Amino acid sequence: MDLSLSTRNVSGPGGDRTVVEVGGEIDVYTAPKLREQLVELVNDGSYHLVVDMEGVDFLDSTGLGVLVGGLKRVRAHEGSLRLVCNQERILKIFRITGLTKVFPIHTTVDEAVAATD
Amino acid sequence: MATVELRFSAQPEHVRTARLVAAAVARRAGVGEALLDEVRLAVGEACSRAVGLHRSHGITAPVTVVLTEEEKAFSIEVGDEVPGPGSEARAAAASSDATPGGPAGPITFDSDADAEDEMGLAVISGLVDDVEVRSGVDGGVIRMSWPTKSAAAVS
Repeated sequence: MDLSLSTRNVSGPGGDRTVVEVGGEIDVYTAPKLREQLVELVNDGSYHLVVDMEGVDFLDSTGLGVLVGGLKRVRAHEGSLRLVCNQERILKIFRITGLTKVFPIHTTVDEAVAATD
Repeated sequence: MATVELRFSAQPEHVRTARLVAAAVARRAGVGEALLDEVRLAVGEACSRAVGLHRSHGITAPVTVVLTEEEKAFSIEVGDEVPGPGSEARAAAASSDATPGGPAGPITFDSDADAEDEMGLAVISGLVDDVEVRSGVDGGVIRMSWPTKSAAAVS
């Protein structure tokens, strides 16, 4: 399955958030599309991103690299990048690479949008 | 003898095919459902790494994936044709895509590619209990194996 991406703006208590809904497989072939999307959003001034990964079937280290790159970009603008994920198979990859300490991971989009810390 | 052998040109779009084939053969060999996600991810990581190495060294040879059903285990070997560090062949392969007339010096690699390579290996070693990374003059091999259901029943 290919990668699907859609974005929408939501306002939360901390200000506007851009929700990026990702679906399908994030791997060495599709990760560049996600990278482009994140770069484009930051270039357009969206510095507070919520990446909704509930529709992701597969994620590898290339995908992790893109998310880390996105985090680096938003942080350069004092922004944030939060993830929404409940799938054990995906969470496991964040755990074994120690990235659970790097990304705030939420169980719902609402929770991620409401987070202000 | 290999159960299934796969050779694909070093293109990112073929990595998914390798994942699907490996998972299908692993399932047939008796690897438990709970481990199939690991097999899929580990093979994908090893193939992505091999594709990256071939592309960064300008190697046109295919990446090979050898899937073997053993008595109590299922093993996968992902092979690249990039000579290991320190060998003359690697220096020759690396310099072939270097700037002509550029200063001679230690071989350096693109830092982003190196970082992704490291992360891929980190995922593999975090996931797979039985893994071995070999590197020689003919190229590198990542060998991984998982127990099959028959092995679990015996032990």
